[in-house]
Amino acid sequence: MPWVIGFWASLVVVPWYGLEAGLSSQSWPAAAEAAWHGRSWLLVLLPPVLLASLAGGLRWPRLMALAGVSGLLLLALEAWLIAGKSQPPLGWGALVYASCALVVAAYGLAWQGWCRGDVFIVAAIGAVCASTLVFVGYPVSCVLISAFRDNAGHLDFGLFAAKITDRSIWGLDCLTGGRNCGVAWNSLALACIVGVLSTLIGLAFALIAARTHFPAKRLLRLMSILPVITPPFVIGMSLILLFGRSGMVTAWLNHWLDIPRSRWIYGMTGLTLAQLLAFTPIAFLVLLGVLQGVSPSMEEASQTLRSGRWRTFTKVTWPLIRPGLANAFLIGFIESLADFGNPVMIGGNFRVLSTAVYFAVVGAAQDQGGAAVLSIVLLAFSLTAFVLQRAWVGRRSYVTVSGKGDSGQPGALPRSLHVVCLGVVLPWIVLTASIYGIILVGGFVKAIGSDNTPTWEYFLTAFAIGHGDHGFFLAGSAWNSLFTTLKVALIAMPLTAGLGILTAYLLSRQRFAGRGVFEFLTMLSFAIPGTVIGISYILAFNTAPIELTGTGLIMVIAFVFRNMPVGIRAGIANLSQVDKSLDEASLTLGARSAATLRRVILPILRPAVVTAMVYAFVRAITSVSAVIFLVSGEYNLATVYIVGRAEFGEYGLAIVYSAVLIVIIVSALLAIQLLVGERRIGRREIAQKRVPTPELAQA
Amino acid sequence: MTLPSDHPRVQFRTVGKSYGEVAAVRNISLDIAAGTLVTLLGPSGCGKTSTLRLIAGLEHPTSGRILIDGQDVTHLSAAERDVSMVFQSYALFPHMNVLENTAYGLLASGMKRREAEESAVAKLKAVGLAGFERRLPSELSGGQQQRVAVARAIVLEPKVLLFDEPLSNLDAKLRRQVRDDIRALQQNLGLTVVYVTHDQDEALAVSDRIVVMQGGFIVQDGTPRDLYERPANRFIADFIGNANLIPVQVMACDGDLATITLGTVRMQVPHRGLSPGPALMAIRPHAVRVAAGKTGVPFRGRVCKAAYLGGHIEYVVAIETVGAEVFVIDGNVHAPLAVGEVVDVSILVADTALVPASDEK
Ligand SMILES: Nc1ncnc2c1ncn2[C@@H]1O[C@H](COP(=O)(O)OP(=O)(O)O)[C@@H](O)[C@H]1O
Ligand SMILES: [Mg+2]
Repeated sequence: MPWVIGFWASLVVVPWYGLEAGLSSQSWPAAAEAAWHGRSWLLVLLPPVLLASLAGGLRWPRLMALAGVSGLLLLALEAWLIAGKSQPPLGWGALVYASCALVVAAYGLAWQGWCRGDVFIVAAIGAVCASTLVFVGYPVSCVLISAFRDNAGHLDFGLFAAKITDRSIWGLDCLTGGRNCGVAWNSLALACIVGVLSTLIGLAFALIAARTHFPAKRLLRLMSILPVITPPFVIGMSLILLFGRSGMVTAWLNHWLDIPRSRWIYGMTGLTLAQLLAFTPIAFLVLLGVLQGVSPSMEEASQTLRSGRWRTFTKVTWPLIRPGLANAFLIGFIESLADFGNPVMIGGNFRVLSTAVYFAVVGAAQDQGGAAVLSIVLLAFSLTAFVLQRAWVGRRSYVTVSGKGDSGQPGALPRSLHVVCLGVVLPWIVLTASIYGIILVGGFVKAIGSDNTPTWEYFLTAFAIGHGDHGFFLAGSAWNSLFTTLKVALIAMPLTAGLGILTAYLLSRQRFAGRGVFEFLTMLSFAIPGTVIGISYILAFNTAPIELTGTGLIMVIAFVFRNMPVGIRAGIANLSQVDKSLDEASLTLGARSAATLRRVILPILRPAVVTAMVYAFVRAITSVSAVIFLVSGEYNLATVYIVGRAEFGEYGLAIVYSAVLIVIIVSALLAIQLLVGERRIGRREIAQKRVPTPELAQA
Repeated sequence: MTLPSDHPRVQFRTVGKSYGEVAAVRNISLDIAAGTLVTLLGPSGCGKTSTLRLIAGLEHPTSGRILIDGQDVTHLSAAERDVSMVFQSYALFPHMNVLENTAYGLLASGMKRREAEESAVAKLKAVGLAGFERRLPSELSGGQQQRVAVARAIVLEPKVLLFDEPLSNLDAKLRRQVRDDIRALQQNLGLTVVYVTHDQDEALAVSDRIVVMQGGFIVQDGTPRDLYERPANRFIADFIGNANLIPVQVMACDGDLATITLGTVRMQVPHRGLSPGPALMAIRPHAVRVAAGKTGVPFRGRVCKAAYLGGHIEYVVAIETVGAEVFVIDGNVHAPLAVGEVVDVSILVADTALVPASDEK
């Protein structure tokens, strides 16, 4: 049995310690470490392997399960009890040992009839659970624990109580004339305002798109994908270039109308504007879906019942979309809380929780405990909103609206409402267009606003290719981070999609004990703000037993677990439209579930797989909040590099680089569209409704 | 084909299956002989599909053991069992053409592509689909889709072939033909088939043996003739062939026969294990003769309803002396009886059966 052989190999062949050192390292297999380096406690790992060999040969289910489970437990015990004291961080040997123990346990349990006797399913559930626990559950609990510790590492509840009730978090000075309120209030206020306004503006867009004959509907569709392709802080940055002290608009106003230059854009106003620009498209998508879900026949019915347009809208349409509005609000709220890029760019002295966490860690204070406390507050807010949103949307979000087009004309908008919506939408389109215009051209002029002579200077600083004695070389300062970003994104892409789709398959096709908990866990990483993930990874993976900081791997892992939920949702939405008897037929035809997954489910789930891949790739390129904690000199990422440049006021470089990122993302999207296309999918008659895009944007 | 052995092909040993609170299958014991077609029959929700899926390995029992050819397969997954299933929805893979669908199982078991495709083509020919190899399932009619599903299942030469309500997605005209095709195929190839249906006519027509289920239990297990002529209880008597159930009194048992009173009339019928006391007599609608006239033998009734159905007439006749209404099918369409008419009613005692008054098992 190969897995038992692997089990042996993990102890006697593969080096036990040190991930990065690889196979060539100083580190020896566990057996050798035990024999010659006095690490005899490693021997406790041997009995499970012996047991597995025996039970595997004789096919004793219970003993096999015992071998696997005890292997996992002993490994965890060995790792934690001796962590940091006298052993280096775990390496490939430990990873192989854990994997083999998991599979051995899966064999034992499947032989007893778990999951209909299917080893692959048991192992997959175990693997997804274990990895989620290690890479989501464990880091988050590290944050909790570190919040209760003082700087010397002792538990101190009094200190925690003092920290979490601190004025800097909960102070209300700004109401009584002081300078600043606590960051918690700042975050909440900002999130509420952004939630409400983005919902209203999004509704105006959705009404225009779904209920009028607006001539440029493609433009609206284009707007809806903007947040997907834009790194979050870019909006803030280009607002500065427009409205900052030396911004373009500011300069005009100063020149023509003598309005004095000011710094109003830095702070809550500018931040609100930036977040609205960034998140309104998401609200638009959500509400468009909701509006399209309102069957036109209801509005027609209302009109035949002697109700005018206004009455039809207020009495029929509005009540039907109200739940959707609440959903859009909560999504905007969560997005605003989690946003890190814009506050860091444009927040000025207006601190919110996500930036406060960051500055507590990187600032002079190096106050990890303080950062942990702030993280807990942030986490509590966004988890509450997340739970509310889940409860509100409930299972409905998984069920797509029936594809059967309900013929009939949607009711026209009441005239006054139509005018109001246009009044919101048109200026907003102009604003968005100027924002993106600035991003695309701003990097190719000397100093936008004051000196508009075209220049390649910034572009060449970033992306120059030099020519020296040894031929061509990459001279630009951005190449390094760009390649790292692409590499990390490309590695994370299939892993994220694979794990997401596998989890979706388990959730929608298998019944097992603890399924609800499992689902909650996997969705949880969705709700955890990136900043919290970042700090938690630093706290959890900085030292033995698992040391990952400073590697490229930690970024890949962060991306995989942050972006996996989109794969899960896309997968579940698609799977719910695929008849379960297809996989069962494949099973009864003798294909095991792994083969069934590969040969039947995956081809049918192609749209979901593509969605998940695209999303994983794009998010890995654009996100900044989690990875800003995780980058190192060796592995810097594009977004972090850009934020760094912008912080030093080098906007030209930052904006050129952002434009390049956006161009790369758009070309990647187009390439995927061309490559995958609709060819194979179109052949099929099976209900292949597209994954509802709000799900995608909802991250 | 596998060699005949002394084991039954499929054995259920006190198998139970619950989904949480719901017990779908309760302590079933069942043997299925090789080379026979056994039907699981019962009303919707009685646990037929669950039983079928237990054989396939798509569900695993909560209690009990399942054996196939004497080997304990209770904990084997569906892929590890030598069992194929034809699904109610056919479950053809939409992204594969007919040939790929049919060869799928062979390829999964590691056969070379050429060989697999050759056997697949042969089986497609056997089910009358030669020339359809390159079509996609979506380009086939319902009946053709089903034949692909059958070809795909039998090409693996499984030990047991399972059908879950195979006719339910076909239009009425096609049903009889497909039913006969399945039976012919089973007999020609000597397949062991377990067939699920809720339609008694279908069950009677195709089966070697019928297992009647109710509420997760097996209530009777026998040949179609057994079930029709000797129903074990009132449920089966009613379910198969719509028998009239008339209360009678068993007065005495003597040898195989019991003396009963039906209203005021005494008669002798096989007692079938009943002891003296109240019982029910199952009388088939065909076993009642009605005729205009005033002979008064042995019962006198009045026509309450009459419905002309072309080939026969259905009556509901109230028999005063018994205090019951009986449902009658009368082939004599040329002399219809009018509603309200008083008629002579006679019962063919040979076509009746006694069943217990209450339905405990
Ligand atoms: N997956 C399931 N989860 C819960 N209950 C089920 C499930 N499958 C079947 N049942 C229940 O088990 C009983 C038997 O179902 P089934 O075997 O499908 O009946 P039949 O095929 O005879 O109509 C029904 O009451 C049904 O509701
Ligand atoms: Mg059924």
